[in-house]
Amino acid sequence: MVNTAVNLCGVELENPVIPASGAFGYGREFAEIYDINCLGAFAIKGTTAYPRFGNPTPRIADAPGGMLNSVGLQNPGVEDVVNVELPALAKVYSKKVLANVCGFSIGEYVSVAERLDAEDIVGWIELNVSCPNVHGGGMSFGACCEGAAAVTREVKRVTKKPVIVKLTPNVTDIVPIARACADAGADGLSLINTVLAMRIDPAARRPVLANVTGGLSGGAVFPIALRMVYQVYEAVDIPIVGMGGVSTARDVIEMMLAGATAVGVGAANLTNPFAAKEIIEALPAEMEKYGITNLVDIIGGAHNG
Amino acid sequence: MKKGKFTLVENTALVPGMHRLTFSGDGSGIVPGQFAEVAVPGYFLRRPFSVAGFDGGSLTLAVRVRGEGTAALAALAPGAELDIVTGLGNGFDLSAAGERPLLIGGGSGVGVLWPLCRALAADGASVTAALGFNSGTESFYVSDFAALGARTEVYTADGSRGRRGLVTAALGDFEYSSVYACGAAPMLQIIDREAGAKAQFSLEARMGCGFGACMGCTVETVNGPRRVCKDGPVFRGGELIW
Repeated sequence: MVNTAVNLCGVELENPVIPASGAFGYGREFAEIYDINCLGAFAIKGTTAYPRFGNPTPRIADAPGGMLNSVGLQNPGVEDVVNVELPALAKVYSKKVLANVCGFSIGEYVSVAERLDAEDIVGWIELNVSCPNVHGGGMSFGACCEGAAAVTREVKRVTKKPVIVKLTPNVTDIVPIARACADAGADGLSLINTVLAMRIDPAARRPVLANVTGGLSGGAVFPIALRMVYQVYEAVDIPIVGMGGVSTARDVIEMMLAGATAVGVGAANLTNPFAAKEIIEALPAEMEKYGITNLVDIIGGAHNG
Repeated sequence: MKKGKFTLVENTALVPGMHRLTFSGDGSGIVPGQFAEVAVPGYFLRRPFSVAGFDGGSLTLAVRVRGEGTAALAALAPGAELDIVTGLGNGFDLSAAGERPLLIGGGSGVGVLWPLCRALAADGASVTAALGFNSGTESFYVSDFAALGARTEVYTADGSRGRRGLVTAALGDFEYSSVYACGAAPMLQIIDREAGAKAQFSLEARMGCGFGACMGCTVETVNGPRRVCKDGPVFRGGELIW
């Protein structure tokens, strides 16, 4: 009998598998096809103060081993999330969510986080300072130490819930930014968000995405994400939610060996709606295969000393 | 929504660039107007196709070759086993058909109307199918509609088959109690303007997931942003902001 439980910033998870923000909506599409209480937790769609349509379409493109999206934070706004989405979710889901918060100013991050902090179903605040598809928000905060630290510090003032800062890979060195967030009081880090990328339609001689660029996710980015989780683990002492291209139970184990306490699953949910459930079901056998009894024992296990 | 394995039984090039793929597998529980998401070997994202036929043990897709993924799919030989998600989207509302439903299909939009035509005919409606193509050599599925007992009229832009002109002329050529349409956006816009609340449109979109999670295929409607894959692909006349 293996033990898959982990503890993410003081909250016990039955298993480390967490569908990632943007790939799981507010849960209801998946609750229609399986019991999502099998999840460790999940991260809701990035939520802003006011409703957003997002970017013009096309905003999805295929790529070798992955996909591009330039959705641009479409969401119904925090009031609708609190009044409609979360109550609907609570009817089918008894665990906690990571409330993914995004903004175009520090004030917006603070007000959205404060509103979501009051919800019982919210176990963690995930600060999205890494969306590559909006201008003047998201990644513009998370691409520098000062911005990431400032958002972290101000949001920490308004919530007692653990604050997990979601980092972008679109920087020269992710480590100083991870450190700056930890120093500013972050309780955890999640990484990576998508990798800035593009496709061009040779017939039209134009970018495929209306937004020109988008974020690459899927198996193609897994080794990049793994490397960054490994680097950040060496630099900080707070828990890491490792994500980026995870699509199998083996990927979960690799991520945890690199230093992740919990593991996000993103694009895999979109190509196989049952992906997160199947990964969770496959995890015990995969652990046995590698002689793992307690999953927590392998966190950071790939590091020397 | 169901995910399952399907085996390609027949791959017919109806006209150049347009294939009819018939699979054996669980084709139950599908509503006319719903679509399927096909995992194409070698490609990451599934590809969405309208369902051009189904029954308990089979599934038929009308596939227009648009890019690499659709070309790879159209090149598959019988025997290929594919992972397909079926029963996606809302489908047509048959209860709004009335006695004289008019089906208007343009080009590759014709296929999705065939199972609808079959269901409406089975309900005893007097169905007219207006099928529009650029030319007679590009026309397909015409005899399939006629075989269901529907009054079937072909419209071609060059007049090489049936009536010359746009298929939207059918709105003036026939009396109708309702309109069901699938085709290019300019065609649907005309129908929206002329048939209003009597119309239902099946939209096409570039999709990510196909079941409402990724927000890749959102369109603006008078009711706010809606996902083509989950809230559609069928929308009512007057609902869309073109």
